[in-house]
Amino acid sequence: MSELTQSTTRGLPKVNGSAVVMGLYLLFLLLPIYWLVMMSLKTNSEILNSFTLWPRDLTFDNYLTILTDASWYTGYLNSMAYVVMNMVISLLVALPAAYAFSRYSFMGDKHLFFWLLTNRMAPPAVFALPFFQLYSSVGLFDTHIAVALAHCLFNVPLAVWILEGFMRGVPKEIDETAYIDGYSFPRFFIGIFTPLVASGIGVTAFFLFMFSWVELLLSRTLTSVNAKPIAATMTRTVGAAGIDWGVLAAAGVLTIVPGALVIYFVRNYIAKGFALGRV
Amino acid sequence: MNKTVNQKAWFLILPVLFLVAFSAVIPLMTVVNYSVQDTFGNNKFFWAGLEWFKEMLESERMWNALGRQITFSAIILAIEIPLGIFVALNMPKKGFWASVCLVLMSLPLLIPWNVVGTIWQIFGRVDIGLLGYTLAALGIDYNYTQDFYAAWITVIVMDVWHWTSLVALLAYAGLQSIPDAYYQAAKIDQASRWKVFRFIELPKIMGVLMIAILLRFMDSFMIYTEPFVVTGGGPGNSTTFLSIDLVKMALGQFDLGPAAAFSIMYYLVILLVSYVFYTVMTNLDKREGN
Repeated sequence: MSELTQSTTRGLPKVNGSAVVMGLYLLFLLLPIYWLVMMSLKTNSEILNSFTLWPRDLTFDNYLTILTDASWYTGYLNSMAYVVMNMVISLLVALPAAYAFSRYSFMGDKHLFFWLLTNRMAPPAVFALPFFQLYSSVGLFDTHIAVALAHCLFNVPLAVWILEGFMRGVPKEIDETAYIDGYSFPRFFIGIFTPLVASGIGVTAFFLFMFSWVELLLSRTLTSVNAKPIAATMTRTVGAAGIDWGVLAAAGVLTIVPGALVIYFVRNYIAKGFALGRV
Repeated sequence: MNKTVNQKAWFLILPVLFLVAFSAVIPLMTVVNYSVQDTFGNNKFFWAGLEWFKEMLESERMWNALGRQITFSAIILAIEIPLGIFVALNMPKKGFWASVCLVLMSLPLLIPWNVVGTIWQIFGRVDIGLLGYTLAALGIDYNYTQDFYAAWITVIVMDVWHWTSLVALLAYAGLQSIPDAYYQAAKIDQASRWKVFRFIELPKIMGVLMIAILLRFMDSFMIYTEPFVVTGGGPGNSTTFLSIDLVKMALGQFDLGPAAAFSIMYYLVILLVSYVFYTVMTNLDKREGN
């Protein structure tokens, strides 16, 4: 069968064309990142005084500055802390809700689902000020949990949406058989159902990580010192003597690393994951 | 799938309801509250009715920001959707190179948005950036902090760089799900490449494409961090999009009433458009199911 789809005479030039397209596209994606990495390995005088495509005077000082200074690296720890908290909270509340949406119809279910989605559509700029006042008034300002809860605004609806797609793919007969066998709902849900949608949970976690990690407006508004995210710490490089380009670039590169690691671990699920369980 | 009617399913939704009520409804009520009141300081508020809404509807500032916002979203959708599909069609189907493409393409999606701004801010600078330096060396006058067109092009190229991969990955996932038999049938019918795309691939990826359009519309309509880092909304107000203007008004000038009225109208516009997309999407889902 496969010979039919891969006739070499017509297939060969097409493959080359695709390779060129992909090559150009990846070049477009990677050039700005390449430039950032190269800049982080240069000294400031090299950055400002000469234009070089790669560092002539290779230095790791910029990274050392960040990794040895507590006010720098706690930024990373803060970001990690609220991202993980947000992932746990979002998954815990979204799992049962997604199950309900995928299995049962009940009063107002469609409206409720759309209303949840509307929160994904809410511009963070609209919520910045009210969040600031809300969390200040309950004494949560400048804590990790405040940012984690604020990010639930867009992450919980997203989690419900993605998980619902994956759960729809699990045959309903499994539920019915389990109930006949005398499983209670919690035992069935934790013991049987959750492992079945494990890949869906992984994909969801990936998206939760992504949107919580990249967000800055809310996390910056809700923190000042103790829970300040790394992205906000980066403004420190602007000093009286101008911008410390090398350190800024190094800090930028270090914010890409966690994302790159996560991508590496989920690389086999990315394609399916991006379809949110809907193919 | 046909679903069982079960009102007790509400109990499974309750945790989400409580959480969202805390993180969305309460803040939203604060906004509504501000939008109908006026203050002379000291936390004393007066009923202002629909004054602020009237003022905002008559203010040129909001309409200009809205115009810029719609232009921006329209341009990036017009570029990213076709380009994303085109890239997806050219991606390797499987094997080592498919993984390489997937990993590299996902990379921009996981970079914090202000770092995306920083990357392009550096990249475009005439003195130290590769792009700016090259353009200057070619004799092209390019300065995104002073020139209207340069600022717009930079912001648009940055968004294309940042998000086209999302569209491409979604389309790619849709393409992967098409069985080989479809292509073989097309081959037997001697369908042209364009016809294969138009009648096999496009209908099959329509569902995920709607997700892509919905996500891209929503996110581009609330864009804040990236253009703010690169251009700061300038030169002048030329790249001041709705969110940038709103933050300026609410957190910068502390004009709570107008900002709240602005917020509500802003939210309503997004809701309206998203509702249209969502309805189209669920209808597509249903048609697929039958």
